[in-house]
Amino acid sequence: MEKYRVLPGPEAFLPPAAACAGVVLPDPGQGHIHGEIVPEDAAMEEAAKRFLSAKVPTIFPGPLVLWGWNENAEQKATAIKALYDVLKSHNNGALLIPMPDYRPKYPKIDPEIEINPNHPNLTIWHNKIDVCMFVGVHCHQANMSLKIIRGGTSCYTIAMCAQAGHEDAMITFRDATPEKIMKLVDAVKRLKDSGASNDVRGTA
Amino acid sequence: MDKEKIKINPEFYDIMPVEYQELVENATYGKEDRGWKDVGSSKELIEEHSLCAGCPESIAFRHILASLPNPEETVMVGSTGCTSLVFPHIALHNIHSLFGNQNAVASGLKRALAYRFPDKIKDVVVLAGDGATVDIGLDMTLQSWFRQEKFATICFDNELYANTGGQESGLMQKGFVGKMAPAGKQFEKVDMPGLAKTSGCHYVAMLTSSKPNRVEKVIRNAVLIAREIGPTYVQIYTPCILEIGKQMMEGLQEMRDSEGPGQRFEYQEFITDEAKAYMEAKHPKKKRKKKRVEEKKVD
Ligand SMILES: Cc1ncc(C[n+]2csc(CCOP(=O)(O)OP(=O)(O)O)c2C)c(N)n1
Ligand code: SF4
Ligand SMILES: [Mg+2]
Repeated sequence: MEKYRVLPGPEAFLPPAAACAGVVLPDPGQGHIHGEIVPEDAAMEEAAKRFLSAKVPTIFPGPLVLWGWNENAEQKATAIKALYDVLKSHNNGALLIPMPDYRPKYPKIDPEIEINPNHPNLTIWHNKIDVCMFVGVHCHQANMSLKIIRGGTSCYTIAMCAQAGHEDAMITFRDATPEKIMKLVDAVKRLKDSGASNDVRGTA
Repeated sequence: MDKEKIKINPEFYDIMPVEYQELVENATYGKEDRGWKDVGSSKELIEEHSLCAGCPESIAFRHILASLPNPEETVMVGSTGCTSLVFPHIALHNIHSLFGNQNAVASGLKRALAYRFPDKIKDVVVLAGDGATVDIGLDMTLQSWFRQEKFATICFDNELYANTGGQESGLMQKGFVGKMAPAGKQFEKVDMPGLAKTSGCHYVAMLTSSKPNRVEKVIRNAVLIAREIGPTYVQIYTPCILEIGKQMMEGLQEMRDSEGPGQRFEYQEFITDEAKAYMEAKHPKKKRKKKRVEEKKVD
């Protein structure tokens, strides 16, 4: 059987959970790209490339970082804002759209100002987002949402996960700390300054 | 008691949807004298609800949330039913339990919170329908009272299983024909307040949600007494307008018609001597500031 790769969709109305298709989570110090385990630095470089070559690079901060419920969350917020600022300085179309909670909102969300895990595709379609990063979203909601995005959109997904990573994202990091997010900021800055960022669309 | 836990990180304040900005600025967390009168002038702890338009459960829910004495340190436990559609929209910690298990879940939760946070006051409040409380969860409900678990149980009594289309419940009136109970109820409505009293509840009240100040008083008593003395039970008539064939504006009148003298929802309140002494000592009645109305003198 051909190895399942976690790639941008639209894949199917109900794409499989990548874990059920044999994709495993990285160990500490690793990440994955399209389901393939790689050293974390390689995942950093790839994420930086994807962000810089995107038309609408977007960060989706979730409740774990939107709210200042402990010092770590506060520091992560600062790091995420730094990432957004560097993306915005490169591409004025960069977006920062919150996922403030997970409730099914009625009758529907305003896709201009938020993303909801139950229908993330609305926000992605509306804003024509082609690369996004989840950060601070609880595991179950992130997995579900990443799967829906893969199923119904062509958006490239990155997960900056504080736990063990996400099989359902195209690039995943694990054990996210404020320092790790800042490392990604540095990777983006380095690549941007090297001028290589305009023709860096990775191969899917 | 403050808003420490609901601080939006400043980096994200401007991108948060307005309902969250209002919540941290204008909700009544940390306010000692919260109550139903804050509804309309403060940000409510319920954002929106997905109940039928005009459903009395929705107004009862709003007044209950406005009346909780310590919302930031309160965990509500819900169960399957129409109420469970509202829980995702409230700005309060809550757990959805398997249908009927709510009082068992709340028992464990209350004990765990007491163990984990010995220096903090943590209130646990169950809110479930009559099917969950009196039928499928009756065992768990009564056992938690026998064991003197310290949390409040609120039952939204709409006298049937509304969420599944109108099956018969223990709290349905005798003779009532439900959409899914065509033979009509053969037995009397279960006397749940009576069972609560004999099972060890220290405070029991039965009411409708037609009078917000009464709802406020009862909820405050139930939560405060449960905090230190023992279990409490509140049964509120929240008629299912959909199942009894009423229009959305008719819920209030239905409640008024059912709470008069001799009616099945005539106001009942019971308090043990112990609970009464505790309330008088620790939570004396709020003295409302009386507004002096200057009478206009007419020459
Ligand atoms: C264990 C279990 N049994 C049965 C059901 C089906 N069920 C869903 S809601 C409901 C009735 C709820 O009635 P009630 O507690 O009175 O709440 P209401 O909807 O009337 O507010 C039932 C039986 C379920 N969800 N779980
Ligand atoms: S079915 Fe009945 S109880 Fe449920 S939301 Fe509608 S009116 Fe309210
Ligand atoms: Mg019911």
